[in-house]
Amino acid sequence: MTEQDDIEQLIQQMADELRARLEAARVRDALMVGIHTGGLWVAKRLHTLLGLEQPLGELDISFYRDDFSRIGMNPQVRPSRLPVSVDERHIVLVDDILHTGRTIRAAMNELFDYGRPAAITLAVLGERSGRELPIQADVVGRHFDLGEHEHVKLSGPDPLRLSIVEAP
Amino acid sequence: MRQHNSLQHDSEGRLRHLLTIEGLKRQQIIDILDTAESFISVGDRQVRKVPLLRGKTVVNLFFEASTRTLTTFELAAKRLSADVLKININTSATVKGESLLDMLHNLEAMQCDMFVVRHADSGAAHLIAKHVAPHVSVINAGDGSHAHPTQALLDMFTIRRRKGEFAPLTVAIVGDIKHSRVARSQIHALTTLGVSELRVVAPKTLIPAAVENLGVHVFHDLEEGLRDADVVIMLRLQKERMQGAMLPSEAEYFATYGLTEETLALAKPDAIVMHPGPINRGVEIASSVADGPQSVILEQVSNGIAVRMAVMSMTLGRAPAEGDST
Repeated sequence: MTEQDDIEQLIQQMADELRARLEAARVRDALMVGIHTGGLWVAKRLHTLLGLEQPLGELDISFYRDDFSRIGMNPQVRPSRLPVSVDERHIVLVDDILHTGRTIRAAMNELFDYGRPAAITLAVLGERSGRELPIQADVVGRHFDLGEHEHVKLSGPDPLRLSIVEAP
Repeated sequence: MRQHNSLQHDSEGRLRHLLTIEGLKRQQIIDILDTAESFISVGDRQVRKVPLLRGKTVVNLFFEASTRTLTTFELAAKRLSADVLKININTSATVKGESLLDMLHNLEAMQCDMFVVRHADSGAAHLIAKHVAPHVSVINAGDGSHAHPTQALLDMFTIRRRKGEFAPLTVAIVGDIKHSRVARSQIHALTTLGVSELRVVAPKTLIPAAVENLGVHVFHDLEEGLRDADVVIMLRLQKERMQGAMLPSEAEYFATYGLTEETLALAKPDAIVMHPGPINRGVEIASSVADGPQSVILEQVSNGIAVRMAVMSMTLGRAPAEGDST
């Protein structure tokens, strides 16, 4: 269990690290994009902490999932909204937990249907083992060492709470 | 009817075919409208395509002429990355019964996944749905004077985008109710969604028998029917479906039931004007109204793409009813 204060502190550290990265790369006008739903909760906090000029973007990757034909249409799909053009822009993509990497692949596929970003930086609140694709995060709040049947789950939006659950 | 309803749902109550609005639950309609809302933004992007139906084949089987419906179904399928075949069957040829099913089985043998069917006979899409292989979905794109469910759904979508909630609305459907599959589907959708008042406005000859049982108020006077309406839906006068002397003349019809700036002024000032197309200008609606500031007729057309994307992806994107879990 990771409690509220702890999470806000993790997000603060992520914001500091992101700021340093963006400054080092001389990125101005970055567009932050949160992945529904947990990623968007984290992105909202990061967006405020960093004081980014561009409004926050949101992605629902339901239309890009690679398991669509197996699990079907997500009945709660929400519209994706990118407030400005992604062409030649630095994108900060935010998700809650990086696990298999499939969500991030889907999100990048969707982003490229909006245009051609200059670069994408990936920031995640939590990272765990079990990658199925060659995808890694640039900024990580916390690493989790989990057993085969364990999952880490973010609940929110207020307060944010990370918990480790046993899944069959 | 019960049979129809169960025909379009799978064993888990999910939409397998879309044949009629009848039998759809309120939440099911809302889910379709919500999903369509997410597809709207796809049309605004650089790449107007999502990969959902990649590798699926959609066949448009149109036994009856159509431009808008056929085109928007084709665009919807293409924006979902499906492959699309268009089969235009000569309307004069009697392609029915066995020969129709024969053609169907041939298309199935070519591994097609969805049939979008328009036919002049009521029940054609149901007949096809009854005979297709388990993995195939059928969408009714208009059958006789029975149903046109995707048109009604895109109308609901347009109303919701413009007006928000359905509950406070007074909706008037004006014109040839009797021959209109659109009106029938709209009535089912609007009563399921629960509008405050639903009116149908037409001369006696163009009102079907016992229409009151569907939960509508019948008006024979246009001015009364339009008073304080929030939504005015005009229907096309279907001259091709009329036999005998149902009407005096087009000019007389326009004088009595045509929507003009003067008659529209009786509705609420922010009322919207809808029409499923194609418009008979100067018969059921004046050009100045069809092209006027309250008209959302072209919005209906573009919304039709997103709504059809929603219906196609939801019917084809069902997880197998049982078996492999994630």
